[in-house]
Amino acid sequence: MTETLLQVQQLSKSFGSRQAVDAVSFALQRGQTLGLIGPNGAGKSTTVSMICGLLRPDAGAVVLSGVAVGQGSSEVKRLLGLVPQELALFDDLSARENLRIFGALYGLHGSALKRRCDEELERVNLADRAKDLVSTFSGGMKRRLNIAAALLHDPQLLILDEPTVGVDPQSRNAIFESLETLKRQGLSLIYTSHYMEEVERLADHIVVIDHGKVIADETPAALYLRLPTAAALHVELDRAIPEPSRQLLEARADVANVVVAVHRLEIALRRNADALAVLEWLSAQGLRPLHFSTTQTRLEEVFLTLTGRTLRD
Amino acid sequence: MTALIALVRKDLVLFLADRRALVLALLMPVMLGAFFGFLFGGSGRSDNSKIEIGVASQDDSNISRQIISGLKADSSLRAVDLTPDEAREQVRKGKLTAAIVIPDGFGQASGSAFFGTAAKPEIAVFYDPTQSAVLAMVKGLLTQQVMQVVSAEMFSGKQGFQFIDQSIAQLDQAAAADPARKEMRDFLQSVKKFQIGNQAPGQAAAPGTAQGGGLSVPFVTHEQAMSSGPKYNGYAHSFAGMGVQFILFMGLDAGIGILLARRLGLWSRFRAAPITIGTILGARAMSSAIIALGLLAFVYLVGGVFFQIRIAGSVPGFIGIALCFALFTATFGLFIAAIGTTPEATRRLATFATLIMVMLGGAWVPAFIFPQWLQTASLIMPTRWAVDGLDAMTWRGLPLAAAWPPMAVLLGFSLLFGALALWKFWREDGA
Repeated sequence: MTETLLQVQQLSKSFGSRQAVDAVSFALQRGQTLGLIGPNGAGKSTTVSMICGLLRPDAGAVVLSGVAVGQGSSEVKRLLGLVPQELALFDDLSARENLRIFGALYGLHGSALKRRCDEELERVNLADRAKDLVSTFSGGMKRRLNIAAALLHDPQLLILDEPTVGVDPQSRNAIFESLETLKRQGLSLIYTSHYMEEVERLADHIVVIDHGKVIADETPAALYLRLPTAAALHVELDRAIPEPSRQLLEARADVANVVVAVHRLEIALRRNADALAVLEWLSAQGLRPLHFSTTQTRLEEVFLTLTGRTLRD
Repeated sequence: MTALIALVRKDLVLFLADRRALVLALLMPVMLGAFFGFLFGGSGRSDNSKIEIGVASQDDSNISRQIISGLKADSSLRAVDLTPDEAREQVRKGKLTAAIVIPDGFGQASGSAFFGTAAKPEIAVFYDPTQSAVLAMVKGLLTQQVMQVVSAEMFSGKQGFQFIDQSIAQLDQAAAADPARKEMRDFLQSVKKFQIGNQAPGQAAAPGTAQGGGLSVPFVTHEQAMSSGPKYNGYAHSFAGMGVQFILFMGLDAGIGILLARRLGLWSRFRAAPITIGTILGARAMSSAIIALGLLAFVYLVGGVFFQIRIAGSVPGFIGIALCFALFTATFGLFIAAIGTTPEATRRLATFATLIMVMLGGAWVPAFIFPQWLQTASLIMPTRWAVDGLDAMTWRGLPLAAAWPPMAVLLGFSLLFGALALWKFWREDGA
């Protein structure tokens, strides 16, 4: 049985005449990960700021674990961990000193604080660099410490605002493994990113925001259904496909489109799983596939389909 | 409480961690304070305040020698012997502020001119046009010496006998044509009698009386430096001024630090934590105030050990003013952060505003040098009260009662800046 951890209800915020967030609503179930995506300036950061209590909404409410955020209750903030997009660290302090400060902000002290610092440094593979100044760290190490700082107080919800900007593939993978472990341990996550494959890898649910409004709020699988095609099947035949066979292929319910180039076919499929059935059908038609491959439509295509291809900044 | 202490500790650790900035923060006020203090009279032990002038004499008369001796003996001057060409050149190059050249025959000519019977000889006074105030002072001291020496010589010296005899002889010849000259002749005859009467041996002039029967300044001055402290110490004022200036710059940096924290996402992290904005700002104010107190203590420690600066007035008053100024510095930083936009633009504007504040506050040069209207107008500057307050408790040696007004003003400004900053932050961030 799922339990709603976070409810964002009709949240609105404007800056002057610009409506940054317009009646945004979504919910997050406990233990799940929500991907929050949208073009630059779409309203993601403003929404995250209101969820964290950094900005006062003009209208609407954020309810976390049954308690409204921004009602002067500091207790509700203890349920949240924020990983800002910027590297919110003190370069002139060591990794451990940074964590001690951020832990103390949540009331941790003494042996409890030391234990939590040790655990989080271990989690992000920085235990051996605990005493080193952050200024000596690589970008990836700083990103990992940036995440550790948000986990010290054992939040119920971790909000990550583009946490992998500017890191190498190894560090990105390390971050993802950490986040997947946290997810398995039952931590709820909100993840904003421009990297669609990252969101797809983590998210149980994706909210797409554009121009301050929610334009999609679905599971990744459901989002793919918004596209006319889910995959493409590339086939090289032993001979050119006869015209009647081509017409029959195009008429199949699981095929969206067929492009013919001599012996080669590019078949747009409505579902990825339909590739095998199409190959069997071609064989039944006496056409022997010499080579074949499939490419799955990426979430980025979904994103571009939903938000358009026009530059936003 | 844990969060507040952690935030204060963090600011202090970061301040101490930047060794280069720390050394600059400690040394700059001391170095500039020492420099300005030296310019404004130092600790009063040395003769730094003396004006160095050149003296050149082309005349070998007794009168000229005595004038130069008198100038050299004057406590306001340090007179060095030069040739006329050297004197002119050194003033032209700015190595001396003024120089005096006594021409050949001055002794003879000045005696003749003393009773108005001959043309007045000229003494050349070279001066640096950037030091025009010195000209008036040197002319005054020169006049004093010339009048004393020439009159003494005329009334009682050997040269005076000759002048009187010559003048009487000249007047005898002219008296037939001009009856008015007869009165002058009679006067000189009286002077001659006075000279003869004064010739008795062993009649030395008592101090403060007419020297050798000549004319003298008819008064003496008794200078009293009006401070209750041991004596005026120019370093005490300059250390107060430079301390105030650089501590305010530290406060400004603390304010800019908040703007940088906003840019770096640290502010978001603080605001996302279960602490109020009052805790965040209060911690910054506390750490700034502690650093300000530390810097002020260091500045006065160095001043006390190396520059003889003493708290000649009320020690509690000094501590009270230091505390209030530290609080003012802290809230000034918060105010800068509250009204600031980008760190870069804010730093430029705030640095300009701070320099104006410390300049009008008398931190660079004492406020008594200002025109009267500016002395009154600059009282709106909290820095003026801080500098004057620290002066009052150090070299002026005033009691605790004199500390209350500056403390009240600094506290008032602190409350104003603190309230404005809190209101602005609360309005923008107080979700």
